[in-house]
Amino acid sequence: MKTTYLLIPLAPLAGAIIAGLFGRLIGRAGSHVVTILGVAIAFALSVVVYQDVNAGNVFNGTVYTWLQSGGLTLQIGFLIDPLTAMMMLVVTFVSLMVHIYTIGYMVDDPGYQRFFSYISLFTFSMLMLVMSNNFVQLFFGWEAVGLVSYLLIGFWYTRPTAIYANLKAFLVNRVGDFGFLLGIGLIAAYAGTLDYAEVFAKREALAAITESVTGWPLITAICIGLFIGAMGKSAQVPLHVWLPDSMEGPTPISALIHAATMVTAGIFMVARMSPLFELSDTALTFVLVIGSITALFMGFLGIIQNDIKRVVAYSTLSQLGYMTVALGVSAYSVAVFHLMTHAFFKALLFLGAGSVIIGCHHNQDIRYMGGLRKYMPITWITSLLGSLALIGFPLFSGFYSKDSIIEAVHASNLAGSGFAYFAVVAGVFVTAFYSFRMYFLVFHGKERYDQVPHDEHHDSHSDDHHGDGKPHESPWVVTLPLVLLAIPSVLIGFITIQPMLFGDWFGTSIFVDAAKHPAMSHMAESFHGPMAMALHGITSLPFILAVSGVAVAWFFYLKRPDIPAAIQKMAMPIFTLLENKYYFDKFNEVFFAAGSRMLGRGLWKGGDQLLIDGAMVNGSARAIGWISAVVRLFQTGHIYQYAFSMIIGVFALLTFWFNRG
Amino acid sequence: MNSHLLSIAIWVPIVGALFVLALGSERRDLVRWLSAVVAFVSFLVTIPLFMRFDSSMAGMQFVEHASWIPRFNIEYFLGIDGISMWFIVLNSFITVLVVLAGWDVIKEKQAQYMAAFLIMSGLMNGIFSALDGILFYVFFEASLIPMYLIIGVWGGPNRVYAAFKFFLYTLLGSLLMLVALIWLFIESGGSFNILEWHQLRIDMAPQILIFIAFLLSFAVKVPMWPVHTWLPDAHVEAPTGGSVVLAAIALKLGAYGFLRFSLPIVPDASHAMAPFIITLSLIAVIYIGFVALAQEDMKKLVAYSSISHMGFVTLGFFIFNPLGVEGALVQMVSHGFVSAAMFLCIGVMYDRVHSRQIADYGGVVNTMPTFAAFFLFFSMANAGLPATSGFVGEFMVVLGAVKYNFWVGAAAATTLILGAAYTLWMYKRVAFGEVANRHVAELEDINAREYLILAILAIAVLVMGVYPFPFTEVMHASVDNLLKHVAMSKL
Repeated sequence: MKTTYLLIPLAPLAGAIIAGLFGRLIGRAGSHVVTILGVAIAFALSVVVYQDVNAGNVFNGTVYTWLQSGGLTLQIGFLIDPLTAMMMLVVTFVSLMVHIYTIGYMVDDPGYQRFFSYISLFTFSMLMLVMSNNFVQLFFGWEAVGLVSYLLIGFWYTRPTAIYANLKAFLVNRVGDFGFLLGIGLIAAYAGTLDYAEVFAKREALAAITESVTGWPLITAICIGLFIGAMGKSAQVPLHVWLPDSMEGPTPISALIHAATMVTAGIFMVARMSPLFELSDTALTFVLVIGSITALFMGFLGIIQNDIKRVVAYSTLSQLGYMTVALGVSAYSVAVFHLMTHAFFKALLFLGAGSVIIGCHHNQDIRYMGGLRKYMPITWITSLLGSLALIGFPLFSGFYSKDSIIEAVHASNLAGSGFAYFAVVAGVFVTAFYSFRMYFLVFHGKERYDQVPHDEHHDSHSDDHHGDGKPHESPWVVTLPLVLLAIPSVLIGFITIQPMLFGDWFGTSIFVDAAKHPAMSHMAESFHGPMAMALHGITSLPFILAVSGVAVAWFFYLKRPDIPAAIQKMAMPIFTLLENKYYFDKFNEVFFAAGSRMLGRGLWKGGDQLLIDGAMVNGSARAIGWISAVVRLFQTGHIYQYAFSMIIGVFALLTFWFNRG
Repeated sequence: MNSHLLSIAIWVPIVGALFVLALGSERRDLVRWLSAVVAFVSFLVTIPLFMRFDSSMAGMQFVEHASWIPRFNIEYFLGIDGISMWFIVLNSFITVLVVLAGWDVIKEKQAQYMAAFLIMSGLMNGIFSALDGILFYVFFEASLIPMYLIIGVWGGPNRVYAAFKFFLYTLLGSLLMLVALIWLFIESGGSFNILEWHQLRIDMAPQILIFIAFLLSFAVKVPMWPVHTWLPDAHVEAPTGGSVVLAAIALKLGAYGFLRFSLPIVPDASHAMAPFIITLSLIAVIYIGFVALAQEDMKKLVAYSSISHMGFVTLGFFIFNPLGVEGALVQMVSHGFVSAAMFLCIGVMYDRVHSRQIADYGGVVNTMPTFAAFFLFFSMANAGLPATSGFVGEFMVVLGAVKYNFWVGAAAATTLILGAAYTLWMYKRVAFGEVANRHVAELEDINAREYLILAILAIAVLVMGVYPFPFTEVMHASVDNLLKHVAMSKL
């Protein structure tokens, strides 16, 4: 089985290397064949592994020793348990869909081979991350997916906005990694190992330790450090700022990286670390509060966006907040469950958005769409299904995961869970409102595709050769992934909620201290099967909120389009606040970016050039020059001057001699 | 094991250089090929040093011992351990690349240029293998001369100022080292044997003085803040090859000196001074990180980044745990690859556009895609991306530092942000974007020779990042031995 495990990440890596180094040689078709083959192998083998794990086989073993130093043995190895197996399936499946989709989406792009190489490299990195059994490899995968994200956001490297966004994404993630690395450092220092199982075995001992220098409870410091890493990768406030800008990348990767998989790495990591997080209520409260803020306030921002991808991006931020909230109340399995359903429906929504973008000749502004359901029936239906899943409509996958989160928060007694409950419930209305605002503006109402101003944003280098400018349905390579993603978006929740949340499917891969954090067990008591849950859902508050969100969106944007404009005028300060994304970007630009540059300049000009070089280095050279100039005055070569100074000297000596006693 | 391999590693390039000089610069092809052969052979002879190295042994290996100046008991005494071995291999390896890099670019006095580098390489091998104080000092000081000439003759417009600054800075630093060496000679009853000095009992007051004398000499070489300001000037004015050798090897001499002299000879003073050195190291990481951010000249930027990375090395040494010391050694080797590659990349662009100003570039990826890929790879390595060698050393030192003191670790870890910020911001301005001007539009992608050089370095960086195990394996015994030594008081 170990060979199978190895083959799963290596197959996409091989595809990436071949397409990357020999892309010109094997051509466009060769590149997509070889990379799709690699990912298809990874997916097929992941299915095999999944079945094996389902049969109760868990693997934890080493591939090779990476480094040995100072009593620390760092190994590259795999931990294959239910949590990993599920992640592998999600990653390889969505990746496969995106690979196929890309054939249609990037058809005109000169960087075709490069793109395939990157997304296969991403698949490799993400697999390394989820399959790891230790922190070193986790950190490798963590940074490698960050690298590919950097490469792909800046894929169209001549665009100023793209290369601004990719640098920003990398740096913001590095801020998170700063905390992450320190968390890992503390584990290494106090546990003496970076192997998951060995660290977990020492968890009770670690919980008793107080960090010697800072005086912090060690386990809380570790968990918060690790979570800061997750805040970067999974875009939690205030490190969320990179994700909306990452939409500069081509749409397939927005679906794969910035919605379905990479951004959920933080969620996965915290779930994986559940044995540690369970020991620190302080850390859990921190997680909970950050998650609630993200869930609610990022949702608000989705309401005012006009770029189709940005609406979906803010919705991703908000949903990541939901997952984080679930982690905070110790409902790790629920968080991972939502991660999975979200991966399907959000990838679907993004790919649907991409299909709309192709159909509208690379226009991304939803104000200039409308009525597309006539022209793009498959995209329309699948997007509708995705949106219903997103807002948590009963029986859809998103319903099961989101409702479970709300229930879990409700059942929690952790500090901050009151606020979190308000945030996630209010968030339901907001989600429904912005999702269907977009849906109605794009697929229903008046056709406005002919009103596009000419300097509009373009999502590709390609020129349009489509003649009449009418929207059109996308080719089958684009619509097939939509259909294949729509199926799990609708069904997966209904099928898997029982085993994943209330059965023992996750086994030992997720640990909950039921005595301290009873939310999950409370939920299990009131759960009577998925059908009963859906029926009960129809009478519950979240459902009413979701339906009213849809209704309000319909009324505002189809029935009375004058109302939103009027509201906007009335509530101008709020609108400005939202328009400026709560001024996070402005603050970062002024305080951190410009501040660092100024500090750097100040240290360079003031410290290095003025003080060290000016005063000390060249100063000592000048001092020596000055001393020699003074001393030179005495060496005039004139006898009478020498004689004169001799006489003065004699007088001085005589005076001294006579007055001495 | 009396194989004379070390002597061969020292003298083959030096003698070869004399032949190159004798050919004269008119016979360009002959000069180039002979230099390449000499450099390559010198590299080949270092391979057995690594292949036949016994990593279970803590003591010196490949020892050569002969009398040199009997009157003062000065010996021709060579030997390497797990600490110095990699630097001889690295040095000889880098010299091959430097010779290749100067193939077409150096038009004037090519024989002298090649000879200077070959001599430099031999002298460096001497420094890393000398076990006699005076022998070390002679090699140490002699290595200044070729570097002085390289900067002063083949350098940029402001080369004279830079060469003088470089020479005076380092010379002034090392004069006090000579005093310390003589003091140790007297105190040990007439021996210049470094290994014997390791056993010497010394009182606290002289220990501190000796430490300071060594510190001044080595701190200038590393260079540590605040005696670092010669380096950016030297790098900016030096030709590409000069910058490569300076960054990859010459900076390592100072750091190596700490391990060979300061720590084992005056351990108590080292412990007493550790907080001071750690502070200076952290200033180097953070202060210099910010200064690098503000640079407008690519070479200056990478020079400052070198200082910042070397801060990790001194930090790792003075937290006195195996992770720190081995991490610092790994960082030194890795920095040898990465900084060499960064300077070569800048050299590739400089050869074509004759500017090092970031503002003169933009959109290089459009005209030089292959080069841009290499440049990005090395930039990422410079920013410490995992799976590149740049990550391994930093990771180890940060882990060691967190263990030593959380706040020290936290301060060191800021390099994660700063290193990425200054490197990738530079990359963005140079490589990404629309073609900025006519010069960039006319750029031609790298040729086969440049490709070869960068590919070799890329492989080295990648191998060391993916599988650092063998690199550290040979260090353990020597580092453990050193740390045991440092832990024992000599009062």
